[in-house]
Amino acid sequence: MPKTSLTGSRIRERRVLQGLKQSELAGRVGVSPSYLNLIEHNRRRIGGKLLVDIAAVLDVEPSLLAEGAEAALIARLRHAAAEAGEEGAEVEAVEDFAGRYPGWARLVAAQRQQVAGLQRSVETLTDRLTHDPHLAQTLHEVLDTVTAIRSTASILAETREIEPEWRDRFHRNINEDAQRLAEGAQALVGFLDGASDAGRSVRSPQEEVDTFLESRQFHFPDLEAGSARPEDIIAAADDLESASAAAQALRILERYLDDAEALSLETLRGAVERTGPDPMAIAAQIGIDPGHAMRRLAALPELEAGLVICDASGTLTFRKPVEGFALPRFAAACPLWPLFRALSRPMVPVIERVGQLGRGAGQTDEQAFTAYAVALPKDAAAWAADPLYEGHMLLLPSSGQAEELRQVGASCRICPRADCSARREPSIMADGF
Amino acid sequence: MGKSVLLIEDEPNIIEAVSFILSRDGWKVDTHSNGQTALAAIAEKSPDVVILDVMLPGISGYDILRALREAPETRNLPVLMLTARGQTKDREMAEKAGANRFMTKPFSNAEVLEAVRSLVNA
Repeated sequence: MPKTSLTGSRIRERRVLQGLKQSELAGRVGVSPSYLNLIEHNRRRIGGKLLVDIAAVLDVEPSLLAEGAEAALIARLRHAAAEAGEEGAEVEAVEDFAGRYPGWARLVAAQRQQVAGLQRSVETLTDRLTHDPHLAQTLHEVLDTVTAIRSTASILAETREIEPEWRDRFHRNINEDAQRLAEGAQALVGFLDGASDAGRSVRSPQEEVDTFLESRQFHFPDLEAGSARPEDIIAAADDLESASAAAQALRILERYLDDAEALSLETLRGAVERTGPDPMAIAAQIGIDPGHAMRRLAALPELEAGLVICDASGTLTFRKPVEGFALPRFAAACPLWPLFRALSRPMVPVIERVGQLGRGAGQTDEQAFTAYAVALPKDAAAWAADPLYEGHMLLLPSSGQAEELRQVGASCRICPRADCSARREPSIMADGF
Repeated sequence: MGKSVLLIEDEPNIIEAVSFILSRDGWKVDTHSNGQTALAAIAEKSPDVVILDVMLPGISGYDILRALREAPETRNLPVLMLTARGQTKDREMAEKAGANRFMTKPFSNAEVLEAVRSLVNA
């Protein structure tokens, strides 16, 4: 394996290792043996298509042969070693390491970059919230101005027999200060808007997946048509930054493809026309399980259905939001959801009319929903293995006025419901709202 | 009462309002808005009470206060500190530096009057 950082030498080593003759390799990439010989002895520069072709014949990544790429990797590894300080990385063997274990080497380099990125994010956020001189200055100015206004206003309100000159002067001062206060408040709003921008760059993988799905309305025409593979869509998605987000999204798309292959949207539309969008009725008509029917109904753009999927621990693994029914992003959801009732009695479908508290639930049609929920085994049954259940809940706007409506929450912290035995933590809305 | 107070503060409209209410209450009020020359102003006017803003351009009110406490002639001069931040940490710093009273902006006129009166009667 390469002990040198010169491209030509590495091509030669690779070729010899594979027992390939110089003339053979030269023939397969379309150059003369003497030209390849010059390259192998580092007397001709090599790059571009020829390098790629040689790499293909030798069955290695072109970057492994290319001096530039490897030199960059080695430089990054040296940086990583220098920053880590006393971990005792064998800096003198860095070329050997990068040559022998290119995958590990890239991982080390990538992690160093990731760590640096995270450090920057943390610093940015900490700075902004506690040490930002601009924020401190603006707040100080706002407080100074408020102090002046308060003091001046109470003089005007409380001093009997104030001289006209003083009164005019104080009026003028208040007017000036009100102007300054308005500017200060605008500066603060501008700052806080900026702070939320910084937050956007430190999203969790889960949030990346949510954004990825939401921006595509949970509908993938290329998968429906069979004209793209899930991998292609993930690779083309520039909004999936982390590897974890890409992996999660890939699993969702693979399932989407399976679902779509078994039931096309056209067939589904026909079924919906016959029985309405009831997932149990669809499942019975087509001969699929109700979870599958719910996922397909959620992919039908015109239906605008909400869908939540949770695993056996109750963790939400998929959420397609619907206007009027909040799905918590970070906190755990409300235990009163029909989804969790279904989870507590697997295989038994649950149907319930629900509305969310604090949203004028049930007052108007848009905010009442019919929730269809069911918990089914996630994997095919196996001998003597307890099944792992997975819960699905489909939410469709409900138009029925007369039926009873059960009030549920989104997440405890933002739920105003009093005397709730399902409550985990106090609500921040308990007082005042 | 006829007692004198020196207000060291850089915000003109606060100076105007506070001067007004203290004058109406019978105080002789002097004002000073330059932190760098505050110590000289105190020596010159020798007021009965000093109202001192913490955030002055170019210098911290705490530095002025420490200097006052180090000099024998101003060691016992009553000082009311004004600050725009109410955290316990600031209160501790003010007490440590030797402030007699501590007041957080935005304060009310009545609070200022009460504080200044209590400082000369103490």
